[in-house]
Amino acid sequence: MIRDLSLHYGDLQALIHINMDVPERRITALIGPSGCGKSTFLRVLNRMNDLIEGVRVSGEVLLDGQNIVGPEVDVVQLRKRVGMVFQRPNPFPMSVYDNVAYGPRIHGLKNKQRLDEIVERSLRDAALWEEVRHRLFRSALGLSGGQQQRLCIARLLAVEPDVLLMDEPSSALDPISTLKIEELLQELKKDYTIIIVTHNMQQAARVSDITAFFLSGEVVESGVTDTLFTKPTDKRTEDYITGRFG
Amino acid sequence: MSNRRAFDTELNELKHDILRMASLVERSIFNALEALLKQDPLIARDVITGDDAIDRMRYETENRCIRLIATQQPMARDLRVIVTGIKILINLERMGDHAEDIARAAMCVCGRMPAKPLEKIPRMAQLVQRMVKDGLDAYVHGDVEKARQMCLMDDDVDEIYNLTFQDLITYMEENPHTIPCVVYLLMVARSLERLADRATNIGEEVIYLVTGEWKELN
Repeated sequence: MIRDLSLHYGDLQALIHINMDVPERRITALIGPSGCGKSTFLRVLNRMNDLIEGVRVSGEVLLDGQNIVGPEVDVVQLRKRVGMVFQRPNPFPMSVYDNVAYGPRIHGLKNKQRLDEIVERSLRDAALWEEVRHRLFRSALGLSGGQQQRLCIARLLAVEPDVLLMDEPSSALDPISTLKIEELLQELKKDYTIIIVTHNMQQAARVSDITAFFLSGEVVESGVTDTLFTKPTDKRTEDYITGRFG
Repeated sequence: MSNRRAFDTELNELKHDILRMASLVERSIFNALEALLKQDPLIARDVITGDDAIDRMRYETENRCIRLIATQQPMARDLRVIVTGIKILINLERMGDHAEDIARAAMCVCGRMPAKPLEKIPRMAQLVQRMVKDGLDAYVHGDVEKARQMCLMDDDVDEIYNLTFQDLITYMEENPHTIPCVVYLLMVARSLERLADRATNIGEEVIYLVTGEWKELN
């Protein structure tokens, strides 16, 4: 649940009084032209903007009642609960197994059998197990782009998050790999709350339950995806999704 | 300025194609009734042969719609323009079929139809033609109010249809030798009643096109 969220980079206000509900175990898509604030918004949700100098955030982002943009939040713990997948797959230069086991190990898990279980479950949940079960100990960099992206998703799942943030997760992938990711999202939403930024309008329409349209740092319209893509209420949304914007 | 000029041009052409087909259908209905009332088999024949052109236009234009969906991934109003376009095409094509049915009935009764039962037809025909015209005007101008008003007229058509039906039955009972001929007028009345339903469908499509809401209006 997002209440009156604003963000400034120095003098520039990049997010303006955002109010939005993100339903649990649903896929929420964020759409909007480049520079509209949707990626900035996504990064607020696991405090990635903390790394940028001069950023000020006001308002509230409530996750199970806790304001995660507040100063008392343990950012490492937060990122365990709220994981992010990026545009380009970024596996670590190590084996498939070690990639997935990385998070649990960082959080102190050493038991080999338990790690094996987590790696297999995460890879299965990321729909990658069958493709990599025979090459778990070979470099992850030898996988295809689509496989690498699913590995990155498996790496997130290994630390048992609640929320998955995805910043254009399939924009660097071919159409078949894209469809695999989209299929995977439908499976994952049974257990996770997913927020996805996408430039691909058809993808937003296909995969999401809720869509929010961002423009110049504001949420112009958000609502049930089916309605937003067939009968948007705001003229600016209509212009954007029909490709007549600007 | 639109980023989708080519697509906008295509959508405009689609609307023009639909209107071209609509004017053929309107003329076909007018001529079919003319053929009946004037008992002119030549006009009737033209309507019957002309229906092929209407059918062809439906499929050509429907293909254009399918191609636009496949290649342009239309959303929101664009999607509604194309989907309502397809449904209006189907309704127009059926309206052409009803006109053809009236023309065939006219062929069957030419020169044999007594004047009295024929008098029952023009009032209903006028109302139906008005509905068709108003429905198409509403489509051209995206006029929701006109579409609503037009759909209300369907009740009047239904009422006149029922009365006409009864009158024709009574007439046949009193003049049994005319049955082989007058029975065709029952079919004409039925075709007119169906034409009014089709016009109502077009009105509902116009309302959906403009508002995004489905309204069953009759």
